[in-house]
Amino acid sequence: MSDSPLPFGPIPVLQGRVVVVSGDDIDTDRIIPARYLKCVTFEGLAQGAFADDRIELKGSHPFDRPEHQGASILVVNRNFGCGSSREHAPQALMRWGIRAVVGESFAEIFFGNCLALGIPCLSGDHATILALQQAALCEPDTHFRLDLATAEIHSQASGAADSAQRWRLELAAGPRQMLLSGQWNATGQLLSHEEELVRTAAGLPYLAGFALV
Amino acid sequence: MGLEGKVSAGTLYDKVWDMHRVAELPGGSTQLFIGLHLIHEVTSPQAFAALRELGLGVRHPELTVATVDHIVPTTSQVRPFADSLAEEMLSTLEGNCAEHGITLHGLGSGRQGIVHVIAPELGLSQPGMTVACGDSHTSTHGAFGAIAFGIGTSQVRDVLATQSLAMNKLKVRRILVEGRLQPGVFAKDLILHVIRSLGVKGGVGYAYEFAGSCIDALSMEERMTLCNMAIEGGARCGYVNPDATTFAYIKGRPFAPEGMAWDQAVAWWSALASGPDAVFDDEVRFDAGTIAPTVTWGITPGQGIGVDETVPTPEQMAAEERPIAEEAYRYMDLAPGTPILGLPVDVCFIGSCTNGRLSDLRAAAAVARGRQVAAGIKAFVVPGSEQVAALARAEGLDRLFQEAGFEWREPGCSMCLAMNPDRLEGRQISASSSNRNFKGRQGSASGRTLLMSPAMVAAAAVNGHVSDVRELLENPCAFASAPAETRPVAMSPSLMP
Ligand code: SF4
Repeated sequence: MSDSPLPFGPIPVLQGRVVVVSGDDIDTDRIIPARYLKCVTFEGLAQGAFADDRIELKGSHPFDRPEHQGASILVVNRNFGCGSSREHAPQALMRWGIRAVVGESFAEIFFGNCLALGIPCLSGDHATILALQQAALCEPDTHFRLDLATAEIHSQASGAADSAQRWRLELAAGPRQMLLSGQWNATGQLLSHEEELVRTAAGLPYLAGFALV
Repeated sequence: MGLEGKVSAGTLYDKVWDMHRVAELPGGSTQLFIGLHLIHEVTSPQAFAALRELGLGVRHPELTVATVDHIVPTTSQVRPFADSLAEEMLSTLEGNCAEHGITLHGLGSGRQGIVHVIAPELGLSQPGMTVACGDSHTSTHGAFGAIAFGIGTSQVRDVLATQSLAMNKLKVRRILVEGRLQPGVFAKDLILHVIRSLGVKGGVGYAYEFAGSCIDALSMEERMTLCNMAIEGGARCGYVNPDATTFAYIKGRPFAPEGMAWDQAVAWWSALASGPDAVFDDEVRFDAGTIAPTVTWGITPGQGIGVDETVPTPEQMAAEERPIAEEAYRYMDLAPGTPILGLPVDVCFIGSCTNGRLSDLRAAAAVARGRQVAAGIKAFVVPGSEQVAALARAEGLDRLFQEAGFEWREPGCSMCLAMNPDRLEGRQISASSSNRNFKGRQGSASGRTLLMSPAMVAAAAVNGHVSDVRELLENPCAFASAPAETRPVAMSPSLMP
């Protein structure tokens, strides 16, 4: 588990080691089984991350392997985070130490939940993700640098500089700007439109008892 | 000017979106007003805690409605619960609702139940609303022509604080279903078929509009089943355009408009339907008559087959589907080519927000009547709400099920996600009317789930293995039970003699 602080403020760059959890359609029940949802705070959720898979694999799950302890970039495949809307899933990953997720594609609610916590989810095509996973699996000690402004990730080679590799990823302009500006937590923006909120509510027939205007 | 004059053009999704748009946000998303916010005990406590930290209150407590469903035991609901964590969650919800003036439909109120069952039956879910809830099956309320979607806990906090959300507009795919479902084939089979065809991620980025003659003929309860599982196809919301069936269902319910307001509401609701000028981003067609009772064999809701088919072989699927299929063969202990018919089951569960309403219990009861649950099978029925339970009891369905060897339980989510004591053990395999067959979903890390309609679950219960309900329905004794319809929402027309 990581002791790095939870996300705060603008997030231009993230650096760290990669942990790979491969497979398509990994749902939020697998990211955190329902029994861990019996809680009124998110604090203790790190131990629930992939709990059932970890039990089944008896210590050989990527989240348990010694070389991945302290990793902060999770690399996954397609449709990661499908299923239940539980924010406990990104919360568990975040509290384990994950600060960014890179994959082929993400379920929408999961993507939004991550964004609301300041955890960027970047996508790349199949070949890119496989290559990135391969690179990380071959050399788990490699540090990677994820640059949100350019949506690129590159390995920071420890030895010869020319062994560094670079991959292009994607992150839609909206979420990217929110993360770069530090406004990924929407509450402040939503609160700032008081007049517009009042006006919109006033225009909804079902809030006015369907009275004719 | 009538209220219908306030409606813009395009799809229902466009119209509802336009009316609820508050502002465009710097990040490119839209601030959307939320007309109905539903909360429950699992995804709200951290949101209330965050509000407290920020020093904020609840902006529109009158637009937020709470119930308790996920963690409630279905055997004894006496407080305090035996499970102290469950008790803490419920009392936290009670405290938060009391503090902020939010109505809580709690245990014993006569209105408690699964959040997606009670909001429709109370008349809270109405056409043209935006509905949000910290639960992915919020898509259910789209059955009314609402734009309804699941949200995470940070967003629950945002709705509590501002009654609005930062959202990105979805594309709209029209799913046209023509023709009639065959006898013994239900809305559940239809949606499992759609997900099987379009894939579990086919709907990502889309809202699904369900339309066509088959959808027009569906009852509201069937439409709810359909929209409920839009999310299993990757579509964050699904909806059906409001029509006479919708209005007949809402009329007279506790939170429905009355008198003059009713007529004006109907005029407005009618104008919301996607018009001839509506432009869809995509369209897919299905022929209802060709759909068989459908059962999932794997670990995603897209791994479904007709009950008369065999588990697909890798050669029968696209290359990209093979890795997850391989994982499913191993986990389910099913070899490619195995017929699903006749597969033995251990547990039979009838309930959930997908199929825990009165018409679902009636369809299952029509199969169970006069039959017995097979030896060694644990079968239980969990009504979706206190109201469903009361209506079912009034018809004698509780006794019918018990005489057939089913357990009759108190309302809640139960073994749909197994946060309460109802769960699979070890590698048990369930026939389940719920919505997710993910690994470990029903409370055992190695437990296995076969999704199917409630009638198919009842058929599996009496035979002890996966069965084709159509064969049981050919037996006239199944029809003798078909109860008279008490409401237009009642029974699938396909089950009527
Ligand atoms: S019944 Fe299942 S899917 Fe529906 S709200 Fe409850 S846990 Fe979620």
